[in-house]
Order: sequence, then structure tokens, then C-alpha cells
Amino acid sequence: MKAIVIGGGLVGAACADALARHSALNGQAARVTVLEPGPVGGGATAAGMGHLVVMDDSPAQLALTARSLELWEALAPALPSQADYHGCGTLWVASDEEELAAVEPKRRAYLAAGREATLLDAAELARAEPNLRPGLAGALRVPGDSVVYAPVVAQFLLERAGATVRREAVAELRDGGVRLESGEMLRADVVVVANGIGAVSLLPGLPLRQRKGHLLITERGPIHVHHQLVELGYLKSAHGNDEDSVAFNVQPRPTGQLLIGSSRQFEQPDREIDWPLLRRMLRRAAEFLPALENISALRIWTGQRCASPDHLPLVGPHPHLDGVFLATGHEGLGITTALGTAELLAAQVFGVPSELLAHDFTPARFDRLPEVAHA
Amino acid sequence: MKSDLWDAVVVGAGPAGLMAALTAAQGGLRVLLLDAQPTAGGQIWRGAAAGQKGAAGDLLRDVASHPGITVLSGAEVIAAEAGKPHVLTVTSPAGLTHVHAARVILCTGATERFLPFDGWTLPGVVGAGGLQAMSKGGLDVRGKRVVVAGSGPLLLAVAAGLRQKGARVLAVAEQAGLPGVAAFGVTAARLPGKATEALELAAGLRGVPYWADCAVVRASGQDQLQTVTLRRGRREVTLACDYLAVGFGLMPETRVAALLGCSLDAQGAVDVNVWQATGVSGIYAAGEVCGIGGVDGALLEGFVAGCAASGQINRLHDAPRRAEIQRRFQTVLERSFALRPDRLPIPSPHTIVCRCEDVRHGDLQGFTNWTAAKLQTRCGMGACQGRVCGPVTETLYGWRFGGVRAPLAPLPLSQLLAEPTVLGPP
Repeated sequence: MKAIVIGGGLVGAACADALARHSALNGQAARVTVLEPGPVGGGATAAGMGHLVVMDDSPAQLALTARSLELWEALAPALPSQADYHGCGTLWVASDEEELAAVEPKRRAYLAAGREATLLDAAELARAEPNLRPGLAGALRVPGDSVVYAPVVAQFLLERAGATVRREAVAELRDGGVRLESGEMLRADVVVVANGIGAVSLLPGLPLRQRKGHLLITERGPIHVHHQLVELGYLKSAHGNDEDSVAFNVQPRPTGQLLIGSSRQFEQPDREIDWPLLRRMLRRAAEFLPALENISALRIWTGQRCASPDHLPLVGPHPHLDGVFLATGHEGLGITTALGTAELLAAQVFGVPSELLAHDFTPARFDRLPEVAHA
Repeated sequence: MKSDLWDAVVVGAGPAGLMAALTAAQGGLRVLLLDAQPTAGGQIWRGAAAGQKGAAGDLLRDVASHPGITVLSGAEVIAAEAGKPHVLTVTSPAGLTHVHAARVILCTGATERFLPFDGWTLPGVVGAGGLQAMSKGGLDVRGKRVVVAGSGPLLLAVAAGLRQKGARVLAVAEQAGLPGVAAFGVTAARLPGKATEALELAAGLRGVPYWADCAVVRASGQDQLQTVTLRRGRREVTLACDYLAVGFGLMPETRVAALLGCSLDAQGAVDVNVWQATGVSGIYAAGEVCGIGGVDGALLEGFVAGCAASGQINRLHDAPRRAEIQRRFQTVLERSFALRPDRLPIPSPHTIVCRCEDVRHGDLQGFTNWTAAKLQTRCGMGACQGRVCGPVTETLYGWRFGGVRAPLAPLPLSQLLAEPTVLGPP
């Protein structure tokens, strides 16, 4: 089988790997070509936190993230040490009793999805994370969540897939293949569009938009944090609406550094740092972790999440183009769900079973999808 | 209403910046002079006092006493955006400050080029200019055995300075060949003012072996530098010493210029025209940020930039002739001490290239550019953000280091949490 994957981020790399493995299981050698004009894992893959997290905004999201975490656990022993895979777990921190009341249904949802989750009261939370400010109500501890350094994983999966990586951009999708910007035509049985927001230039009108985020990494510091810390209000504050928003989201890196997020802004396609928004984001973080005042920032950057209207990725066949599949629109969960996405894609391509097929991730769930764009 | 707009902001208070600030102020501009160090003077005039005998003392005094100049020391530019006005963000112990400027004159000078070899991370191995600064700052080098190695005329000045402070300089090891070094000496001796300087330097170094054609092989020691191995021709020489002061010439310090969008030439210096204007409207550059040429060139360029920024074109009649002399000197300097690949330290696969993240020469093989290598190995992601290893990879692998981003220095979160202030003219 000949496959082309457009995009060398983690989603593209995971899809390349899944196509190669399933093809081999079918007794067919797969020839996978990955088209990536930039460095491997240099886009949203490098810009994000690398938090592998189970989320339950919707049943489909819970199923996809929970299955993906299982796949990460299976992959972890094979990963190179530079991938920095680290099972630190997540603490969903409740500021007050109202937020704490939301923890129990969340815990039950996680358990139903096969993910361990336990309640911490205020005293247990203070013991687990002594640097958090006093007076917090409690937390939900999800011990199976992890963190990873995604660009190294992308490179690892591409190598494992035996994929040929070509540093080329695609100009156009064609029946049975793609036309490169160099003019060259490449033919394939399967084309996977996994280049994030870049998919829009190949398929104008895809219901995707960019959602900018800021991240800051500190020096290796004296402040010890043991879990990825996320405020429960995250759901309210970050996903709620179209306005600029910030939320407390701090990750301990294996290096001893802290990665601090998060912000969300629609319609800000540039890479500039929005200093006032950054200040809001940091103040939110310092409300929970006052000791942040005592350390220094090494680097600040922005990235763009590629978001769909229902906050779920577009994974599946393009309704009008034979052999073209999409794997894009992962918003802030592309690293977590790359492996689940790849399993789902392989299930659709090869007709093998996957529990994820029970949910509709296909692009066709949106009313109108555009025909292919002709240049 | 009081305006927050400065007519000109000069970044860097070395010879070029001092001269640019003074000249611009003489032309009637309200000038802010920023410098990261606690006192003005730059690397070359570090520790000089206003009013002391000589050019440095005169200039420092004139700048300090000019009513049109405000000096802000201990202030480092960490972000910069070109526009109308240009906005510089400055960190100092007082917090973050925004500065609005109609014109910016970049006089950010140069930094030492470093190249890695086995053992360079041992305590006792220091930059040549770094050891000089430490000794000026009070480090006691009396009786210490020092090997000075690398390339460029700075090695001689460092060796002479350390000797004057009581160090035993065992050798000056220069990678350039003797013909080049001699050509430089001859040219320098012909230039007005340089001859005396050269003679004084020579006197200060009497009896110190000067080895041309000499490469650093490795530094060795348990937890501290004990010996340095050099290669002279085909022979390796090992010297027991306390310090290895090493530097491979100077590189223009262009990070603020990069944030402002100024273009660089093939040597990595800021591109300027005859009026020291960069391609970005209202932004000038002067001194070693425009190419390594020493203090006289820096003073001249600072003068030209200060005149140009303040419209004093009548004062520039003599400038082209002086600039020509300076350019000749600079050309010979570049040619004489051009880095020769067979005389540079040869890293082994175990040689650390990125000290912050412990990335070794062997880890970087197989990559074709900085970004890909950084993403996969974390090279340049540590505390210095590639300030040291970025240029190293340019020399070793021919990559283009494109990693200049705000903040240019580690920034206390307490400063980012507070509302920044705006510093306007008095």
C-alpha cells in the first residue's frame, strides 16, 4: 500500500506509524511518505505543553482521551529517554466548595472510562502539593495522566514507521494523490491530511479556526511541583466562549523547570506575545502558586491550536474525495489524542475494529464540507 | 501634557554609545542612554572613572554632565519592537520599564566567540575577556598560572592586563599564522595612535611566549582545571595551569537589533549605510555591533550616528576620510585573524556543545539546521537560550542561529506580574 501523510507533527507521525503497522499485519508492506516542509514536530507539536490528559467535556472526548492514554501507556516503554515521558498525574484543583461539588460526577465519569481518579480533600491537597496556596477546597487526582516531550516522539514514530520524510509543501489534493508545490505529482492509495490548520489551504471552508495560546517556561528552580496542576475552573474559563481567557495550568518538567499556561484567543494568527494577556495568565497562576513570584522566566512563546466548532477533531474520510482522510482539528488535545486518532484512522482505512468507532469523529458530521479546491 | 517620547535612546554605554549620546545631545536631542552594567564605559573602559586622565575619562565626564542626557545603568533591554514610536522594554532592579523612542542608536558592542573542546566546562576555563573583567572586578590573579588561547588582538591585551595584575602568563596561543599576525602589527603601527598602544602592549608582554599556529586540544583536571593541551605544528604541548583564558575573536552583539528587524551582513554584523542608519526607519547602529574594529572605530561611528540622528550633517565633513582609515584597519584585522578550520579546537563526540542542556557534539550529528536540532536535542533551550551554543553551531556546522526572542535575558516572574512603568524624559 502507498500512503501519503501531509504533516510531520505528532498526529501525522502517529498516523504514519499506524498505517505502516496495520498494513504489515495485513501482510502488505506499506510505503508511507510524510510531507513536511518544516522540521519534524516543529509546529503545534512543539508549541504545546505535552500534557497527556483525560478530559470529559463530551462523551466522545472522554472516550478518545481515555483510549489514547491507554495507548500512551503501551507505547511508553519503547520511547527514547529524550521523550521525557513522565507519569506525574493531574490534579484538578477546586478553589471553592462549588467547584468541589463538580468533582464527584467527574470522578465517576473517569472511572466509567476505565481511568483511575480519587478525591483529595483540602488537607490531602495541601500535603500533595505544599506550594499551592492555603485555602483551596480540594482536588481530583488522576494518577494515570502523564507528560511527554512531543517532538521527540514524532521523530521516533516516523522512524518506527519506516516513513520517508520529504521536506516539501503540498499545493493541491488530486484524485489519487497530491501535487507538490514543486509541481511534482505523487500518487497514493491513501492520503491523510494531518497538517493542522494547514488543512484549510488544501480544503478551504473546513470548519477550523486557530486559537492562540501563550506558554512560559521557568529556569530550573527551587519550587517543587509534583503533578500537572489545572484549575477545575479551566473548563468554565477556557472552553466557555470566544473571549480571550486564561486559566491556571502548570506542569513540572523532568528538568526541574515549570511550564506555565494557559491562554486562549481566537482570531490572533500572529506569533507576537500579548504582554497584558501574559500578565493576566501569570497572575492567575500566581494566585494558585504564590511562590512563582520568586523564580525567573527563561522563554515565552505562543502557538496556535487548530479548533473545530465542537472541540472534537476531524478524523475520517473526506465525504467527496476518494482515498482522502482527515486527521486535524485537535485544538489543545493533539498530543494526548494523536495515538487514539491514529488507531481510529487505521480502523477506518483497514476496516478493523476500534471502540472509538462508536463516536462520530468523521468530517461528515458537519453539514457542509467543501469540494476540493482547484488551484 | 508631558510627552513620554525620547528623541533618541542609545542602547549600550561603551565608547560608541557614549559618543553617540553626547553628539546627539549636542544636536539638541533629549537622549536616554541605557546600559546593562552598573557603570558606563562598556567592556573596554570597564572601571574607568568620569574625569580621569584620557579619552575615556573626558567622554564619561562630558556625558555625565550634559543636561540633555539621562543615563540609566543596570538596565537591560529584554524586548524591542520597531514602530512609531519604537518601544523598548527594559528590566532593572526597579522592574519592567517601557521606553518610547523616536530614534534608537544601537551600540550593543560585541561578545566573545567561544568554541568548544573537551574539558571546557571545567572550573578554571573562562572567556578571555571574562577573566579580564573578573580581574578588573577584584579577582586576585597574583601568582596564578594562566594560559591565554584562541584568536585575535584581545588575547594580547588580556595577557598584558593579567600580567600587570600579577598573574604568570605561561603562553599566548594564537590560532592565526605568523604572517597574518605580523601584517596586523605592521598596519596597526602605521595608524595614528595605534603605534604607542602596540608598543606599550609589547612591553607588557616581554618574556611571554607567543605561539602562532597553535590550537587548543583539551583542558583536563578532576573537578578543576589542572592542565591545558595545545597543538603547535604536529607537536602537542601540555601546560599545568590555574586558568585557561580562551576566546576566538569577537562577534557583534546583535540581539536587540534582531528584535527590531535590522538586517545583518554576511559576517553577522548589523547592516548600516554611511550615516550608520540601518534599514529600519529611525534606527541607527554604531561600534562593534556593526563589525569588529576597536575603540577608535567605535568612537567615530558613534559620532557619525549621533550627528545623523540629530541632523548635524555639517559636522560630518571629515568623517569619510577617518572612516576610510578605520575600514582599512578593520579589513586587516579580519584578514589577519580569520579563523582557520585546521587550527580550531576539534570537538570529540563527547564534547559538550550546549552546556545548559548537556548536549554533546555527537548528539548534533545528522541534523541540518538549528531548529530541527533544537527540537530533538534541546540544544539552546536552557538558561542562556542559545546565546553561547547558537554561534558555536554556526561555526561548527554552518547553521543559521535564528533563536533570538524576547525576553533576551531570564526575567523574574515578579516583574512580569507587576504593571510595567513608562520612563519618559524629565
